[in-house]
Amino acid sequence: MLSEYLIRLGDDRLVLGHRLSEWCGHGPILEEDIALANIALDLIGQATLFLKLAGETEGKGRSEDALAYFREAIDYRNVQLVEIPNGDYAFTIVRQFLFDVFSYHLLEQLMKSSNPEIAGIAAKGFKEVRYHVRHSSEWVVRMGDGTDESHTRAQKALDHLWRFTGEMFQPDDIDSTMLTAGIGGDLAAIQPKWRAVVDDVLTRATLVIPNDPPAMTGGRKGRHTEHLGHMLSEMQIVARSHPGAEW
Amino acid sequence: MTNAVATRESVLEILAEVKDPELPMIDVVELGIVRDVTFSGDRVTVDITPTYSGCPAMQVIEREIVATLASHGFEGARIRTVYSPAWTTDWMTEAARGRLREHGIAPPGPVENSGGIAELVSLRRARPTTECPFCGSANTVEKSEFGSTACKSIHFCNGCHQPFDRFKAF
Repeated sequence: MLSEYLIRLGDDRLVLGHRLSEWCGHGPILEEDIALANIALDLIGQATLFLKLAGETEGKGRSEDALAYFREAIDYRNVQLVEIPNGDYAFTIVRQFLFDVFSYHLLEQLMKSSNPEIAGIAAKGFKEVRYHVRHSSEWVVRMGDGTDESHTRAQKALDHLWRFTGEMFQPDDIDSTMLTAGIGGDLAAIQPKWRAVVDDVLTRATLVIPNDPPAMTGGRKGRHTEHLGHMLSEMQIVARSHPGAEW
Repeated sequence: MTNAVATRESVLEILAEVKDPELPMIDVVELGIVRDVTFSGDRVTVDITPTYSGCPAMQVIEREIVATLASHGFEGARIRTVYSPAWTTDWMTEAARGRLREHGIAPPGPVENSGGIAELVSLRRARPTTECPFCGSANTVEKSEFGSTACKSIHFCNGCHQPFDRFKAF
């Protein structure tokens, strides 16, 4: 059960990190191209550490690379929010902001995990996510409270993304067991904190939360949007074409 | 060198030959990533802690540490990665900071990790002043908190009109 929990932590960050890496060379300005690539690197680094620990905990000899490159979409346990395609820059940033604030609060809790390895990885990741939150929240305000064009795009992004946000806070048996054991985070406690920050930033950005309920769910059980499989086919092609290759 | 005279200090001296591949003017000891050196029989174990989770230099550094120790007679050194306490730029020595400056990279300021998330999401936050490593002017602007490597931010000096990197406080 611990390995399953670690795979969730790893998969959220691996999939989002890969999505962000798709911006490399396509950023709207050079500084943002570099920023998104840096954030991608941080997330993939965090994923590597969580998945490595997941493989060791599982005890079946699967390395972090085996978990990343040789699992099918149905075996991935990330929330759907992180797998949907990047869209435009506003869409990428609004999605990043919604996840960053969640990740900030989760890692803050995991730093106190009774599992010392998780606590150590979270402490390192937390410092990185502080930079990510600052980056994405600043851009949400700039775009939301910017020009008509940037406001329209940011609002459209939020309208589409909001339905995916509920899944981050839906605890199941694994979350409950990990929480009781003092290992995992408390999603119910994180949700209002997340919402307070999101409300604050969106208000300053003059963006409005849509009325649609945040209903999309299933990623933690392996039910994904059609987009994850396409993303993985690209992410995994080299490792699968040349299994065992080293460079 | 024989292991009979091997001490923690002598191994640290050898490790000072291992440079950060992305910042070759500073070594891994003064960077603060070597956390401990221990001996078990005639084998050396070096505890290192990563800078950033995804820093690609870490793998190179691990290989370099093993190879450098081997060239000094410490065969088969073991690397142990420790995550806690998390690495901070506060561990970087004064000498290393001076050398960064000499190479046109502003050294990190003190880490300010005390503030909560409310402070992070403020557009009007106070930004620490960064001194230009070329001309010493304090009239500089931060262009981006993300730079050419995970550990650096991008700045511009209004005094000498030069862009420069800063090692981020982390």
